[in-house]
Amino acid sequence: MSRSVVPVLTVLGCLLALWYGAAVWLNAPWAYDKATRSGAEMNFPALVEDTWSQEKPKLPAPHQVGAELWKTTVLKKVTSKRSLIYHSWVTLSATLLGFVLGTGLGVALAVGIVFNRTMDMSVMPWVIASQTIPILAIAPMIIVVLNAVGISGLLPKAMISMYLSFFPVVVGMVKGLRSPDQMQLDQMRTWHASAAQTFWKLRLPASMPYFFTSLKIGMAASLVGAIVGELPTGAVAGLGARLLAGSYYGQTIQIWSALIMAAALAATLVGIIGVLQRVTLKRMGMS
Amino acid sequence: MHSVISAQNLDLTFQTNDGPVHALKDVSLDIEPGDFVSFIGPSGCGKTTFLRVMADLEQPTGGSVTVNGVSPEQARKNRAYGYVFQAAGLYPWRTIAGNIQLPLEIMGIPKAEQESRVAQVLDLVELTGFEKKFPWQLSGGMQQRASIARALSFDADILLMDEPFGALDEIVRDHLNEQLLKLWARTQKTIAFVTHSIPEAVYLSTKIVVMSPRPGRITDIIDSPLPKERPLDIRDSPEFLEVAQRVREGLRAGHLDE
Repeated sequence: MSRSVVPVLTVLGCLLALWYGAAVWLNAPWAYDKATRSGAEMNFPALVEDTWSQEKPKLPAPHQVGAELWKTTVLKKVTSKRSLIYHSWVTLSATLLGFVLGTGLGVALAVGIVFNRTMDMSVMPWVIASQTIPILAIAPMIIVVLNAVGISGLLPKAMISMYLSFFPVVVGMVKGLRSPDQMQLDQMRTWHASAAQTFWKLRLPASMPYFFTSLKIGMAASLVGAIVGELPTGAVAGLGARLLAGSYYGQTIQIWSALIMAAALAATLVGIIGVLQRVTLKRMGMS
Repeated sequence: MHSVISAQNLDLTFQTNDGPVHALKDVSLDIEPGDFVSFIGPSGCGKTTFLRVMADLEQPTGGSVTVNGVSPEQARKNRAYGYVFQAAGLYPWRTIAGNIQLPLEIMGIPKAEQESRVAQVLDLVELTGFEKKFPWQLSGGMQQRASIARALSFDADILLMDEPFGALDEIVRDHLNEQLLKLWARTQKTIAFVTHSIPEAVYLSTKIVVMSPRPGRITDIIDSPLPKERPLDIRDSPEFLEVAQRVREGLRAGHLDE
Protein backbone atom coordinates (compact mmCIF):
# COMPACT_ATOMS: atom_id res chain seq x y z
CA MET A 1 0.00 0.00 0.00
CA SER A 2 2.63 2.54 1.08
CA ARG A 3 4.73 1.61 -1.92
CA SER A 4 1.97 2.76 -4.24
CA VAL A 5 1.46 6.05 -2.40
CA VAL A 6 4.76 7.64 -3.42
CA PRO A 7 4.32 7.25 -7.20
CA VAL A 8 0.70 8.39 -6.97
CA LEU A 9 1.68 11.51 -5.02
CA THR A 10 4.53 12.21 -7.44
CA VAL A 11 2.18 12.08 -10.42
CA LEU A 12 -0.35 14.24 -8.56
CA GLY A 13 2.37 16.80 -7.75
CA CYS A 14 3.47 16.94 -11.40
CA LEU A 15 -0.12 17.41 -12.55
CA LEU A 16 -0.70 20.25 -10.07
CA ALA A 17 2.54 21.98 -11.11
CA LEU A 18 1.53 21.67 -14.78
CA TRP A 19 -1.94 22.95 -13.97
CA TYR A 20 -0.66 26.03 -12.11
CA GLY A 21 1.78 26.75 -14.92
CA ALA A 22 -0.93 26.43 -17.54
CA ALA A 23 -3.20 28.73 -15.49
CA VAL A 24 -0.54 31.48 -15.60
CA TRP A 25 -0.01 31.01 -19.33
CA LEU A 26 -3.70 30.87 -20.33
CA ASN A 27 -4.94 33.65 -18.04
CA ALA A 28 -2.03 36.03 -18.72
CA PRO A 29 -3.62 37.84 -21.74
CA TRP A 30 -6.59 38.93 -19.63
CA ALA A 31 -4.28 40.02 -16.79
CA TYR A 32 -2.17 42.14 -19.21
CA ASP A 33 -5.36 43.53 -20.71
CA LYS A 34 -6.55 44.75 -17.35
CA ALA A 35 -3.10 46.18 -16.51
CA THR A 36 -2.90 48.08 -19.79
CA ARG A 37 -6.35 49.59 -19.31
CA SER A 38 -5.56 50.78 -15.81
CA GLY A 39 -2.12 51.90 -16.91
CA ALA A 40 -0.40 49.85 -14.26
CA GLU A 41 2.97 48.13 -14.64
CA MET A 42 2.78 44.31 -14.26
CA ASN A 43 5.74 42.40 -12.84
CA PHE A 44 5.90 38.60 -12.64
CA PRO A 45 4.70 38.07 -9.01
CA ALA A 46 1.75 40.35 -9.71
CA LEU A 47 0.99 38.42 -12.89
CA VAL A 48 1.03 35.10 -11.06
CA GLU A 49 -1.15 36.46 -8.30
CA ASP A 50 -3.65 37.83 -10.78
CA THR A 51 -3.81 34.74 -13.02
CA TRP A 52 -4.44 32.50 -10.03
CA SER A 53 -7.31 34.55 -8.66
CA GLN A 54 -9.38 35.80 -11.61
CA GLU A 55 -13.14 35.58 -11.32
CA LYS A 56 -13.73 34.07 -14.77
CA PRO A 57 -10.37 32.60 -15.74
CA LYS A 58 -9.82 30.58 -18.90
CA LEU A 59 -8.32 27.93 -16.64
CA PRO A 60 -9.03 28.26 -12.93
CA ALA A 61 -6.18 27.37 -10.59
CA PRO A 62 -6.58 24.18 -8.51
CA HIS A 63 -7.06 26.07 -5.24
CA GLN A 64 -9.89 28.08 -6.79
CA VAL A 65 -11.65 24.88 -7.81
CA GLY A 66 -10.93 23.46 -4.38
CA ALA A 67 -12.41 26.49 -2.68
CA GLU A 68 -15.50 26.34 -4.90
CA LEU A 69 -15.90 22.62 -4.12
CA TRP A 70 -15.59 23.35 -0.39
CA LYS A 71 -18.08 26.18 -0.63
CA THR A 72 -20.67 24.20 -2.59
CA THR A 73 -20.41 20.91 -0.71
CA VAL A 74 -19.56 21.58 2.92
CA LEU A 75 -20.78 25.13 3.44
CA LYS A 76 -24.08 24.84 1.56
CA LYS A 77 -27.07 23.01 2.91
CA VAL A 78 -27.68 19.78 1.00
CA THR A 79 -31.19 20.89 0.07
CA SER A 80 -29.92 24.12 -1.49
CA LYS A 81 -30.13 24.47 -5.28
CA ARG A 82 -26.54 25.70 -5.17
CA SER A 83 -25.21 22.66 -3.32
CA LEU A 84 -23.06 20.40 -5.43
CA ILE A 85 -24.10 17.49 -3.22
CA TYR A 86 -27.70 18.10 -4.26
CA HIS A 87 -26.76 18.18 -7.94
CA SER A 88 -24.57 15.11 -7.54
CA TRP A 89 -27.46 13.25 -5.96
CA VAL A 90 -29.73 14.17 -8.86
CA THR A 91 -27.17 12.80 -11.30
CA LEU A 92 -26.35 9.80 -9.13
CA SER A 93 -29.97 8.67 -8.84
CA ALA A 94 -30.36 8.72 -12.63
CA THR A 95 -26.99 6.98 -13.01
CA LEU A 96 -27.90 4.17 -10.63
CA LEU A 97 -31.37 3.61 -12.06
CA GLY A 98 -29.94 3.59 -15.59
CA PHE A 99 -27.17 1.26 -14.50
CA VAL A 100 -29.61 -1.23 -12.99
CA LEU A 101 -31.84 -1.10 -16.08
CA GLY A 102 -28.85 -1.35 -18.41
CA THR A 103 -27.35 -4.28 -16.54
CA GLY A 104 -30.69 -6.07 -16.55
CA LEU A 105 -31.19 -5.47 -20.27
CA GLY A 106 -27.58 -6.40 -21.02
CA VAL A 107 -27.74 -9.70 -19.13
CA ALA A 108 -31.12 -10.58 -20.65
CA LEU A 109 -29.85 -9.93 -24.19
CA ALA A 110 -26.65 -11.88 -23.52
CA VAL A 111 -28.60 -14.90 -22.28
CA GLY A 112 -30.80 -14.70 -25.38
CA ILE A 113 -27.80 -14.43 -27.67
CA VAL A 114 -26.00 -17.38 -26.07
CA PHE A 115 -29.02 -19.69 -26.04
CA ASN A 116 -30.77 -18.72 -29.23
CA ARG A 117 -29.04 -18.90 -32.57
CA THR A 118 -31.57 -16.60 -34.21
CA MET A 119 -30.95 -13.95 -31.58
CA ASP A 120 -27.22 -14.41 -31.98
CA MET A 121 -27.51 -13.67 -35.69
CA SER A 122 -30.10 -10.91 -35.44
CA VAL A 123 -29.57 -8.99 -32.20
CA MET A 124 -25.81 -8.57 -32.03
CA PRO A 125 -25.46 -6.36 -35.14
CA TRP A 126 -28.19 -4.06 -33.76
CA VAL A 127 -26.52 -3.90 -30.39
CA ILE A 128 -23.31 -2.76 -32.06
CA ALA A 129 -25.12 -0.37 -34.39
CA SER A 130 -26.89 1.22 -31.42
CA GLN A 131 -23.54 2.36 -30.07
CA THR A 132 -22.45 4.01 -33.31
CA ILE A 133 -25.20 6.62 -32.96
CA PRO A 134 -23.78 9.68 -31.20
CA ILE A 135 -25.41 9.83 -27.79
CA LEU A 136 -25.54 13.64 -27.98
CA ALA A 137 -27.82 13.33 -31.01
CA ILE A 138 -30.17 10.74 -29.61
CA ALA A 139 -30.38 12.05 -26.03
CA PRO A 140 -32.63 15.06 -26.83
CA MET A 141 -34.88 12.77 -28.91
CA ILE A 142 -35.37 10.41 -26.01
CA ILE A 143 -36.07 13.29 -23.63
CA VAL A 144 -38.53 14.94 -26.03
CA VAL A 145 -40.34 11.75 -27.00
CA LEU A 146 -40.69 10.59 -23.41
CA ASN A 147 -41.83 14.05 -22.37
CA ALA A 148 -44.49 13.93 -25.06
CA VAL A 149 -45.94 10.76 -23.57
CA GLY A 150 -45.86 12.29 -20.13
CA ILE A 151 -42.68 10.74 -18.74
CA SER A 152 -40.27 13.25 -17.31
CA GLY A 153 -37.81 13.63 -14.47
CA LEU A 154 -35.62 10.70 -13.52
CA LEU A 155 -36.68 8.08 -16.04
CA PRO A 156 -35.69 9.77 -19.33
CA LYS A 157 -32.19 10.40 -18.01
CA ALA A 158 -31.99 6.84 -16.72
CA MET A 159 -33.01 5.62 -20.20
CA ILE A 160 -30.01 7.40 -21.70
CA SER A 161 -27.77 5.88 -19.01
CA MET A 162 -29.25 2.50 -19.81
CA TYR A 163 -28.65 3.06 -23.52
CA LEU A 164 -24.95 3.55 -22.86
CA SER A 165 -24.45 1.00 -20.10
CA PHE A 166 -26.18 -2.09 -21.51
CA PHE A 167 -23.63 -2.43 -24.31
CA PRO A 168 -20.53 -3.38 -22.28
CA VAL A 169 -22.72 -5.76 -20.25
CA VAL A 170 -24.01 -7.55 -23.38
CA VAL A 171 -20.57 -7.90 -24.88
CA GLY A 172 -18.94 -9.00 -21.61
CA MET A 173 -21.68 -11.42 -20.63
CA VAL A 174 -21.84 -13.07 -24.07
CA LYS A 175 -18.13 -13.73 -23.77
CA GLY A 176 -18.48 -14.80 -20.14
CA LEU A 177 -21.40 -17.17 -20.72
CA ARG A 178 -19.43 -18.72 -23.58
CA SER A 179 -16.24 -19.03 -21.54
CA PRO A 180 -16.72 -22.68 -20.42
CA ASP A 181 -14.62 -24.83 -22.74
CA GLN A 182 -15.79 -27.75 -24.86
CA MET A 183 -14.63 -30.26 -22.25
CA GLN A 184 -16.79 -28.70 -19.54
CA LEU A 185 -19.79 -28.69 -21.88
CA ASP A 186 -19.13 -32.32 -22.87
CA GLN A 187 -18.96 -33.15 -19.19
CA MET A 188 -22.43 -31.67 -18.66
CA ARG A 189 -23.63 -33.70 -21.63
CA THR A 190 -22.34 -36.95 -20.12
CA TRP A 191 -24.47 -36.20 -17.06
CA HIS A 192 -27.45 -35.52 -19.32
CA ALA A 193 -27.78 -32.01 -17.86
CA SER A 194 -30.53 -29.76 -19.21
CA ALA A 195 -29.75 -26.39 -20.78
CA ALA A 196 -31.06 -24.65 -17.66
CA GLN A 197 -28.82 -26.72 -15.40
CA THR A 198 -25.82 -25.99 -17.61
CA PHE A 199 -26.67 -22.29 -17.38
CA TRP A 200 -27.10 -22.07 -13.62
CA LYS A 201 -24.36 -24.44 -12.57
CA LEU A 202 -21.71 -23.78 -15.20
CA ARG A 203 -22.19 -20.83 -17.54
CA LEU A 204 -23.38 -18.25 -15.03
CA PRO A 205 -20.73 -18.83 -12.35
CA ALA A 206 -18.04 -19.04 -15.04
CA SER A 207 -19.12 -15.64 -16.39
CA MET A 208 -18.60 -13.77 -13.10
CA PRO A 209 -15.14 -12.30 -13.83
CA TYR A 210 -16.49 -10.97 -17.14
CA PHE A 211 -19.62 -9.70 -15.42
CA PHE A 212 -17.77 -7.49 -12.95
CA THR A 213 -15.46 -6.08 -15.60
CA SER A 214 -18.54 -5.19 -17.68
CA LEU A 215 -20.18 -3.58 -14.66
CA LYS A 216 -17.22 -1.24 -14.16
CA ILE A 217 -17.35 -0.02 -17.74
CA GLY A 218 -21.16 0.09 -17.63
CA MET A 219 -21.14 2.21 -14.49
CA ALA A 220 -18.78 4.80 -15.98
CA ALA A 221 -20.84 4.87 -19.18
CA SER A 222 -24.01 5.22 -17.15
CA LEU A 223 -22.69 8.34 -15.41
CA VAL A 224 -21.77 9.88 -18.75
CA GLY A 225 -25.28 9.06 -19.96
CA ALA A 226 -26.93 10.75 -16.99
CA ILE A 227 -24.84 13.89 -17.44
CA VAL A 228 -25.55 14.02 -21.16
CA GLY A 229 -29.23 13.45 -20.38
CA GLU A 230 -29.27 16.57 -18.20
CA LEU A 231 -28.03 18.85 -20.95
CA PRO A 232 -31.12 19.11 -23.18
CA THR A 233 -33.62 19.42 -20.32
CA GLY A 234 -32.79 23.10 -19.95
CA ALA A 235 -30.28 22.60 -17.19
CA VAL A 236 -32.58 22.35 -14.20
CA ALA A 237 -30.59 20.17 -11.86
CA GLY A 238 -27.71 17.72 -11.83
CA LEU A 239 -24.01 17.85 -12.65
CA GLY A 240 -24.84 18.16 -16.37
CA ALA A 241 -26.98 21.20 -15.58
CA ARG A 242 -24.10 22.73 -13.62
CA LEU A 243 -21.80 22.19 -16.59
CA LEU A 244 -24.27 23.76 -18.99
CA ALA A 245 -25.10 26.71 -16.73
CA GLY A 246 -21.39 27.24 -16.14
CA SER A 247 -20.67 27.41 -19.85
CA TYR A 248 -23.63 29.79 -20.48
CA TYR A 249 -22.27 32.30 -18.01
CA GLY A 250 -18.54 31.67 -18.44
CA GLN A 251 -18.31 30.30 -14.91
CA THR A 252 -15.24 28.18 -15.52
CA ILE A 253 -14.68 27.55 -11.82
CA GLN A 254 -18.17 26.08 -11.57
CA ILE A 255 -17.57 23.90 -14.63
CA TRP A 256 -14.33 22.55 -13.26
CA SER A 257 -15.76 21.82 -9.84
CA ALA A 258 -18.67 19.95 -11.46
CA LEU A 259 -16.17 18.02 -13.58
CA ILE A 260 -14.07 17.08 -10.56
CA MET A 261 -17.22 16.05 -8.72
CA ALA A 262 -18.27 13.84 -11.65
CA ALA A 263 -14.83 12.25 -11.76
CA ALA A 264 -14.88 11.61 -8.00
CA LEU A 265 -18.35 10.12 -8.29
CA ALA A 266 -17.25 7.80 -11.11
CA ALA A 267 -14.13 6.76 -9.21
CA THR A 268 -16.19 5.96 -6.11
CA LEU A 269 -18.82 3.96 -8.00
CA VAL A 270 -16.27 1.98 -9.99
CA GLY A 271 -14.26 1.49 -6.81
CA ILE A 272 -17.27 -0.01 -5.03
CA ILE A 273 -17.77 -2.47 -7.88
CA GLY A 274 -14.05 -3.26 -7.72
CA VAL A 275 -14.34 -4.17 -4.04
CA LEU A 276 -17.42 -6.32 -4.73
CA GLN A 277 -15.51 -8.00 -7.55
CA ARG A 278 -12.52 -8.79 -5.37
CA VAL A 279 -14.60 -10.16 -2.51
CA THR A 280 -16.90 -12.23 -4.75
CA LEU A 281 -14.19 -13.73 -6.94
CA LYS A 282 -12.04 -14.53 -3.93
CA ARG A 283 -14.93 -16.36 -2.32
CA MET A 284 -15.53 -18.18 -5.61
CA GLY A 285 -11.86 -19.17 -5.83
CA MET A 286 -11.54 -17.40 -9.17
CA SER A 287 -9.19 -14.54 -8.33
CA MET B 1 -23.98 -63.04 -20.94
CA HIS B 2 -24.01 -60.14 -23.35
CA SER B 3 -21.36 -57.51 -23.84
CA VAL B 4 -21.39 -54.22 -21.97
CA ILE B 5 -20.12 -52.43 -25.02
CA SER B 6 -20.38 -53.88 -28.48
CA ALA B 7 -19.18 -52.19 -31.67
CA GLN B 8 -19.76 -53.69 -35.13
CA ASN B 9 -17.98 -52.35 -38.23
CA LEU B 10 -17.91 -48.86 -36.81
CA ASP B 11 -16.98 -46.03 -39.19
CA LEU B 12 -16.53 -42.36 -38.38
CA THR B 13 -15.44 -39.83 -40.96
CA PHE B 14 -14.94 -36.16 -40.11
CA GLN B 15 -15.49 -33.71 -42.94
CA THR B 16 -12.76 -31.09 -42.74
CA ASN B 17 -11.53 -28.35 -45.04
CA ASP B 18 -8.68 -30.62 -46.09
CA GLY B 19 -11.12 -33.34 -47.11
CA PRO B 20 -12.53 -36.28 -45.16
CA VAL B 21 -10.57 -37.70 -42.21
CA HIS B 22 -11.20 -41.34 -41.39
CA ALA B 23 -11.08 -41.28 -37.61
CA LEU B 24 -12.46 -44.80 -37.34
CA LYS B 25 -12.70 -47.48 -39.98
CA ASP B 26 -14.36 -50.85 -39.62
CA VAL B 27 -13.85 -51.07 -35.87
CA SER B 28 -15.43 -54.08 -34.13
CA LEU B 29 -14.99 -54.84 -30.44
CA ASP B 30 -16.83 -56.45 -27.54
CA ILE B 31 -16.22 -55.45 -23.96
CA GLU B 32 -17.45 -57.90 -21.31
CA PRO B 33 -18.72 -56.97 -17.85
CA GLY B 34 -15.87 -56.32 -15.42
CA ASP B 35 -13.26 -55.95 -18.17
CA PHE B 36 -10.53 -53.37 -17.92
CA VAL B 37 -9.86 -52.47 -21.55
CA SER B 38 -7.07 -50.15 -22.61
CA PHE B 39 -6.91 -48.42 -25.96
CA ILE B 40 -3.38 -47.62 -27.05
CA GLY B 41 -1.96 -46.09 -30.20
CA PRO B 42 -0.29 -42.98 -31.59
CA SER B 43 -2.24 -39.75 -31.79
CA GLY B 44 -4.78 -39.74 -34.60
CA CYS B 45 -5.50 -43.47 -34.25
CA GLY B 46 -9.05 -42.79 -33.11
CA LYS B 47 -8.79 -44.14 -29.57
CA THR B 48 -10.32 -41.04 -28.00
CA THR B 49 -12.88 -40.79 -30.81
CA PHE B 50 -13.92 -44.39 -30.14
CA LEU B 51 -14.38 -43.60 -26.45
CA ARG B 52 -16.40 -40.49 -27.33
CA VAL B 53 -18.63 -42.58 -29.61
CA MET B 54 -19.37 -44.90 -26.67
CA ALA B 55 -20.23 -41.80 -24.61
CA ASP B 56 -22.50 -40.34 -27.32
CA LEU B 57 -20.20 -37.34 -27.68
CA GLU B 58 -19.53 -38.22 -31.35
CA GLN B 59 -21.88 -39.76 -33.89
CA PRO B 60 -20.55 -42.65 -35.99
CA THR B 61 -21.09 -42.40 -39.74
CA GLY B 62 -21.45 -46.15 -40.17
CA GLY B 63 -21.77 -49.46 -38.34
CA SER B 64 -23.44 -49.94 -35.01
CA VAL B 65 -22.57 -49.65 -31.36
CA THR B 66 -24.47 -50.57 -28.22
CA VAL B 67 -23.77 -49.69 -24.60
CA ASN B 68 -25.51 -51.87 -22.02
CA GLY B 69 -27.52 -53.26 -24.92
CA VAL B 70 -28.96 -49.87 -25.95
CA SER B 71 -27.77 -47.00 -28.13
CA PRO B 72 -25.06 -44.72 -26.70
CA GLU B 73 -27.62 -41.89 -26.59
CA GLN B 74 -30.01 -43.96 -24.50
CA ALA B 75 -27.14 -45.14 -22.31
CA ARG B 76 -26.08 -41.52 -21.74
CA LYS B 77 -29.62 -40.59 -20.80
CA ASN B 78 -29.75 -43.58 -18.44
CA ARG B 79 -26.52 -42.24 -16.91
CA ALA B 80 -24.93 -45.61 -17.61
CA TYR B 81 -21.34 -44.38 -17.59
CA GLY B 82 -19.00 -42.00 -15.80
CA TYR B 83 -16.53 -40.16 -18.02
CA VAL B 84 -13.13 -38.97 -16.84
CA PHE B 85 -11.53 -36.38 -19.10
CA GLN B 86 -7.86 -35.66 -19.64
CA ALA B 87 -8.08 -32.57 -17.41
CA ALA B 88 -9.77 -32.75 -14.03
CA GLY B 89 -12.09 -29.88 -14.98
CA LEU B 90 -13.15 -29.19 -11.40
CA TYR B 91 -15.12 -25.98 -10.86
CA PRO B 92 -12.95 -23.50 -8.95
CA TRP B 93 -16.00 -22.03 -7.18
CA ARG B 94 -17.01 -25.36 -5.68
CA THR B 95 -15.30 -27.31 -2.91
CA ILE B 96 -14.12 -30.85 -3.61
CA ALA B 97 -17.34 -32.17 -2.05
CA GLY B 98 -19.34 -29.61 -4.05
CA ASN B 99 -17.67 -30.73 -7.27
CA ILE B 100 -18.40 -34.39 -6.61
CA GLN B 101 -21.97 -33.49 -5.71
CA LEU B 102 -22.47 -31.65 -9.01
CA PRO B 103 -23.62 -34.63 -11.13
CA LEU B 104 -25.78 -35.81 -8.22
CA GLU B 105 -27.51 -32.39 -8.06
CA ILE B 106 -28.06 -32.52 -11.80
CA MET B 107 -29.57 -36.00 -11.50
CA GLY B 108 -31.88 -34.86 -8.73
CA ILE B 109 -30.63 -37.24 -6.06
CA PRO B 110 -31.91 -36.38 -2.54
CA LYS B 111 -29.63 -34.19 -0.44
CA ALA B 112 -28.97 -36.73 2.31
CA GLU B 113 -28.02 -39.40 -0.19
CA GLN B 114 -25.75 -36.94 -2.01
CA GLU B 115 -23.71 -36.49 1.13
CA SER B 116 -23.34 -40.19 1.88
CA ARG B 117 -22.32 -40.86 -1.73
CA VAL B 118 -19.71 -38.10 -1.65
CA ALA B 119 -18.22 -39.58 1.51
CA GLN B 120 -18.23 -43.01 -0.07
CA VAL B 121 -16.43 -42.07 -3.30
CA LEU B 122 -13.96 -39.82 -1.50
CA ASP B 123 -13.01 -42.88 0.51
CA LEU B 124 -12.63 -44.89 -2.72
CA VAL B 125 -10.07 -42.41 -4.10
CA GLU B 126 -8.49 -41.87 -0.67
CA LEU B 127 -9.41 -38.19 -0.41
CA THR B 128 -11.38 -38.36 2.83
CA GLY B 129 -10.79 -35.16 4.80
CA PHE B 130 -10.51 -32.95 1.72
CA GLU B 131 -14.27 -32.30 1.37
CA LYS B 132 -14.05 -28.62 2.22
CA LYS B 133 -10.90 -27.82 0.27
CA PHE B 134 -11.05 -25.92 -2.99
CA PRO B 135 -9.48 -27.40 -6.17
CA TRP B 136 -6.56 -24.94 -6.20
CA GLN B 137 -5.53 -26.23 -2.76
CA LEU B 138 -4.94 -29.74 -4.20
CA SER B 139 -2.08 -31.11 -6.32
CA GLY B 140 -2.71 -32.17 -9.93
CA GLY B 141 -2.83 -35.85 -8.97
CA MET B 142 -5.32 -35.20 -6.18
CA GLN B 143 -7.49 -33.10 -8.50
CA GLN B 144 -7.58 -35.96 -11.00
CA ARG B 145 -8.56 -38.35 -8.19
CA ALA B 146 -11.36 -35.99 -7.25
CA SER B 147 -12.53 -36.01 -10.87
CA ILE B 148 -12.54 -39.83 -10.80
CA ALA B 149 -14.58 -39.68 -7.60
CA ARG B 150 -17.01 -37.37 -9.39
CA ALA B 151 -17.36 -39.87 -12.26
CA LEU B 152 -17.97 -42.65 -9.72
CA SER B 153 -20.42 -40.67 -7.58
CA PHE B 154 -23.58 -41.73 -9.39
CA ASP B 155 -22.47 -45.37 -9.41
CA ALA B 156 -22.63 -46.08 -13.12
CA ASP B 157 -21.47 -49.56 -14.13
CA ILE B 158 -19.14 -48.26 -16.81
CA LEU B 159 -16.19 -45.94 -16.40
CA LEU B 160 -14.80 -44.31 -19.54
CA MET B 161 -11.40 -42.72 -19.01
CA ASP B 162 -9.64 -40.58 -21.61
CA GLU B 163 -5.93 -40.36 -20.75
CA PRO B 164 -6.79 -39.34 -17.20
CA PHE B 165 -3.16 -39.47 -16.03
CA GLY B 166 -1.57 -38.13 -19.23
CA ALA B 167 -0.65 -34.79 -17.72
CA LEU B 168 0.84 -36.19 -14.50
CA ASP B 169 4.43 -37.14 -13.74
CA GLU B 170 5.64 -40.74 -13.67
CA ILE B 171 5.68 -41.19 -9.88
CA VAL B 172 2.18 -39.82 -9.35
CA ARG B 173 0.97 -41.84 -12.30
CA ASP B 174 2.34 -45.10 -10.84
CA HIS B 175 0.59 -44.41 -7.59
CA LEU B 176 -2.71 -43.57 -9.27
CA ASN B 177 -2.48 -46.67 -11.45
CA GLU B 178 -2.13 -48.82 -8.35
CA GLN B 179 -5.08 -47.06 -6.73
CA LEU B 180 -7.17 -47.42 -9.86
CA LEU B 181 -6.64 -51.19 -9.90
CA LYS B 182 -7.73 -51.41 -6.27
CA LEU B 183 -10.75 -49.30 -7.01
CA TRP B 184 -11.64 -51.48 -9.97
CA ALA B 185 -11.33 -54.63 -7.84
CA ARG B 186 -13.57 -53.14 -5.15
CA THR B 187 -16.26 -51.75 -7.46
CA GLN B 188 -16.32 -54.44 -10.18
CA LYS B 189 -16.89 -51.77 -12.81
CA THR B 190 -16.22 -52.13 -16.51
CA ILE B 191 -13.49 -49.69 -17.47
CA ALA B 192 -12.47 -48.40 -20.91
CA PHE B 193 -9.18 -46.56 -20.62
CA VAL B 194 -7.37 -44.55 -23.29
CA THR B 195 -3.61 -44.14 -22.92
CA HIS B 196 -0.45 -43.74 -24.94
CA SER B 197 1.77 -45.41 -22.35
CA ILE B 198 2.63 -49.06 -22.97
CA PRO B 199 3.52 -49.89 -19.32
CA GLU B 200 0.31 -48.24 -18.13
CA ALA B 201 -1.81 -50.19 -20.60
CA VAL B 202 -0.18 -53.52 -19.79
CA TYR B 203 -0.19 -52.95 -16.04
CA LEU B 204 -3.87 -52.03 -15.83
CA SER B 205 -5.70 -54.05 -18.44
CA THR B 206 -7.35 -57.38 -18.87
CA LYS B 207 -7.60 -56.56 -22.55
CA ILE B 208 -5.38 -54.26 -24.63
CA VAL B 209 -6.65 -52.84 -27.88
CA VAL B 210 -3.84 -51.65 -30.14
CA MET B 211 -4.88 -49.06 -32.72
CA SER B 212 -3.16 -47.29 -35.60
CA PRO B 213 -3.93 -44.15 -37.56
CA ARG B 214 -4.98 -43.12 -41.07
CA PRO B 215 -7.54 -44.61 -41.05
CA GLY B 216 -8.06 -45.19 -37.31
CA ARG B 217 -8.44 -48.94 -36.87
CA ILE B 218 -7.76 -51.83 -34.51
CA THR B 219 -4.56 -53.73 -35.36
CA ASP B 220 -4.40 -56.13 -32.42
CA ILE B 221 -6.46 -57.20 -29.41
CA ILE B 222 -4.43 -58.79 -26.61
CA ASP B 223 -6.02 -60.67 -23.71
CA SER B 224 -3.64 -60.18 -20.84
CA PRO B 225 -2.38 -63.37 -19.16
CA LEU B 226 -1.47 -61.41 -16.02
CA PRO B 227 -3.32 -62.26 -12.77
CA LYS B 228 -5.94 -59.86 -11.42
CA GLU B 229 -3.80 -59.19 -8.35
CA ARG B 230 -1.00 -56.93 -9.58
CA PRO B 231 1.66 -55.40 -7.37
CA LEU B 232 3.73 -52.65 -9.03
CA ASP B 233 6.79 -54.93 -9.38
CA ILE B 234 4.85 -57.24 -11.66
CA ARG B 235 6.19 -54.90 -14.32
CA ASP B 236 9.57 -56.65 -14.09
CA SER B 237 8.10 -60.14 -14.63
CA PRO B 238 8.71 -62.01 -17.92
CA GLU B 239 4.95 -62.25 -18.61
CA PHE B 240 4.58 -58.50 -18.33
CA LEU B 241 7.54 -57.85 -20.63
CA GLU B 242 6.19 -60.33 -23.11
CA VAL B 243 2.81 -58.55 -23.32
CA ALA B 244 4.56 -55.18 -23.55
CA GLN B 245 6.66 -56.56 -26.39
CA ARG B 246 3.54 -57.69 -28.25
CA VAL B 247 1.92 -54.26 -27.82
CA ARG B 248 5.06 -52.61 -29.14
CA GLU B 249 5.08 -54.90 -32.17
CA GLY B 250 1.43 -54.14 -32.78
CA LEU B 251 2.14 -50.42 -32.72
CA ARG B 252 5.10 -50.83 -35.06
CA ALA B 253 3.09 -53.00 -37.48
CA GLY B 254 0.48 -50.26 -37.61
CA HIS B 255 3.14 -47.82 -38.67
CA LEU B 256 4.68 -50.11 -41.32
CA ASP B 257 1.33 -50.38 -43.07
CA GLU B 258 1.50 -46.78 -44.20
